[in-house]
Amino acid sequence: MDVWLRALTFSAGYNTSLVTLGAMLLGASAGMIGSFILLRKRSLVSDAISHATLPGLMLAFIVMAALFDNGRWLPGLMIGAGLSAAFGLWGVQNISERTRLGEDAAIGAVLSTLFGLGVVLITAIQAMNTGGQAGLTDYLVGSTAGMLSGEAQLIGVCALVLLIAIFMLRRQFLLVCFDAEYATTNGIPVQRIDTLMLMLLLAVTVIGLKVTGLILIVALTIIPPVTGRFWTDRPLQMVAIAAICGVLAGYLGVTLSSVRTGLPTGPLIVLSTFALFALSLLISPRRGIIAMLVAHYRFKTRVHLRQGLLAMARREAIYDTLTLRVLRRHDFIRRDHVPTPAGLAAARDAEHEEQLWSLYRSLYPDEAAHLDHLGLEPISDCLPPDMMMLLELRLHSPLRSAS
Amino acid sequence: MADFLMLSLVPLVVAVTISLTCALLGNFLVLRRQSLIGDAISHVALPGIVASFLITGTLAASAMMIGAGVAALVTVAMIELIKHLGRVESSAAMGVVFTAIFALGVLMLEWNDASGVHLDVEHALYGNLESLIWFEGVHWSSLFDPKALADLPPQLARVAWVGLMVLTFVVVAWRPLVVGSFDSAFAASIQARPVLTDLLLVIMVAITAIAAFDAVGSIIVIAMFICPAAAARLMTNHLGKQVAWSQVFALISAVLGYVLAGYGPGWIGFEASLSAAGMIASLTGLILLLACLFGPHRRRDGGQPASA
Repeated sequence: MDVWLRALTFSAGYNTSLVTLGAMLLGASAGMIGSFILLRKRSLVSDAISHATLPGLMLAFIVMAALFDNGRWLPGLMIGAGLSAAFGLWGVQNISERTRLGEDAAIGAVLSTLFGLGVVLITAIQAMNTGGQAGLTDYLVGSTAGMLSGEAQLIGVCALVLLIAIFMLRRQFLLVCFDAEYATTNGIPVQRIDTLMLMLLLAVTVIGLKVTGLILIVALTIIPPVTGRFWTDRPLQMVAIAAICGVLAGYLGVTLSSVRTGLPTGPLIVLSTFALFALSLLISPRRGIIAMLVAHYRFKTRVHLRQGLLAMARREAIYDTLTLRVLRRHDFIRRDHVPTPAGLAAARDAEHEEQLWSLYRSLYPDEAAHLDHLGLEPISDCLPPDMMMLLELRLHSPLRSAS
Repeated sequence: MADFLMLSLVPLVVAVTISLTCALLGNFLVLRRQSLIGDAISHVALPGIVASFLITGTLAASAMMIGAGVAALVTVAMIELIKHLGRVESSAAMGVVFTAIFALGVLMLEWNDASGVHLDVEHALYGNLESLIWFEGVHWSSLFDPKALADLPPQLARVAWVGLMVLTFVVVAWRPLVVGSFDSAFAASIQARPVLTDLLLVIMVAITAIAAFDAVGSIIVIAMFICPAAAARLMTNHLGKQVAWSQVFALISAVLGYVLAGYGPGWIGFEASLSAAGMIASLTGLILLLACLFGPHRRRDGGQPASA
């Protein structure tokens, strides 16, 4: 607990603080670019990209080990990973555009075959018997434990640059996500912006490899945006919330992993962001489960109240227990189910409302259908006063019975 | 030759069986645009197995299968829940769930340091095809010797049963499967029960993925669910022929991949062997690449490409 507190307050040493900052920046940029990808409905493309980095990583290791005797130079590994991820991305794009296969098949095919190739190369490296190969499988699930401060700085700086780039391009991205045709007429090169978006996603993936590992970096580009979607309907706000969520996840994940030696950072970051997601799914006021249940319950009691009052006005017996409970709560009936004076008045009002609604529906069926009301609101709130007057007149005039 | 019998026969047969089974189911997954279900399920097999190990304390096959099965069920249920309750797009919902559960699995593994008991992330991904050694397979006559046959690795029988079951499912449910793959509304109207067939298909995928996971790791499963069927889809417009093509592709990549991984390095002068699962996955990708470039029905309209 003590260790965690120290890590949380950035006082657990220079290296840990550096890694924490790097992970937070990474989380922010992953959350932001992921939001645009989510809006474009291509979330799982990042899965293909991240798996496709493996052969590049391994080839870069082999080349560097052969040339310089040290295959673990991070920038070199990143370049290799980036190149093979770009190849994978190109594959996904071409398969889904030029052939009849769907994007899901393209993603799955690229992901599995390039990863398979990477695995073959791993076994080749193991057979080569060069030094420094021990840390290579760290790239599968991430490890920040043995990270050098230079590496952490590199990751942090790259993430910051990406963050700024995404921030500057946000409006073009949004336009392309929502209305590509309109963007074209506005002179925005849609194809190029789209490619740029994917390249930034690729860059985030490559930078994140060392932190969360290549299987889990996907989570950082998918979960925070989905979380952001729960809290707002405005796209730029969603991007901002996703970024905050990513920052929080990076912060919590890295600090939690310092609690005990040997705890993997990647899974902790991912589980932190999942916890934020689960929380949002539950308590978000707009689309959360609890909000939905409450709204449903409110709607149900309103319907039962109205139906109960109508039944009272028509002097019908009420048997439904929920209706009775709702009426009782409003003091419209006594304990022995006899209506109170207030209940009778409310029942008269309800019946009057209902008559007005049904008159309106029979007179103006089209308008009523367009009003999008269920007839539970007071009708005077939904219709203009002159229309109300007309309805009242028609309701009380003898003309109505004649017609 | 005795070497082959002892070291290679069982892995080869297992690889071929798994590949054929996955490719068979893959035809329907590709048509339904559900290819990534196999991906999601094979990722969550690891957490299931780790959880079952932590609870039961054994690595018995049955406990592992049950654990993986439960994990797959939980995953599918969570995906549906998030999709409907949270109104999240289905691929994003899938991404949320399987990465989170996989992360949980890795965390459980490292937290309890279960890595000592031959259970680690790498094993889960690449499998241990090469370790399926048949010690009694000393001579060809062993193939008919009940005592030697009893010593066959249990994975062989398991994947064979799963293969048989999947084959039976596809044969029995062929019509509803086909109708549901192309037009689920029509399938519902003629009472072909698309929902039930869908569910059964997902269950079959899960069972195959889990059985294969133990023997060959998840990477080969994902590749085989998608690549052969996708390549076959580019070869023909006829579903029966597509299934046949997918089986041929799966067979070629399994056999050739295994041989290349085991003996390929020797041919160019290295005394080592490469990961067979990885090689098989790479080869099937290569086949798909060729199909994408030259397949007669590769275009979107499904017809012959223009002569240009």
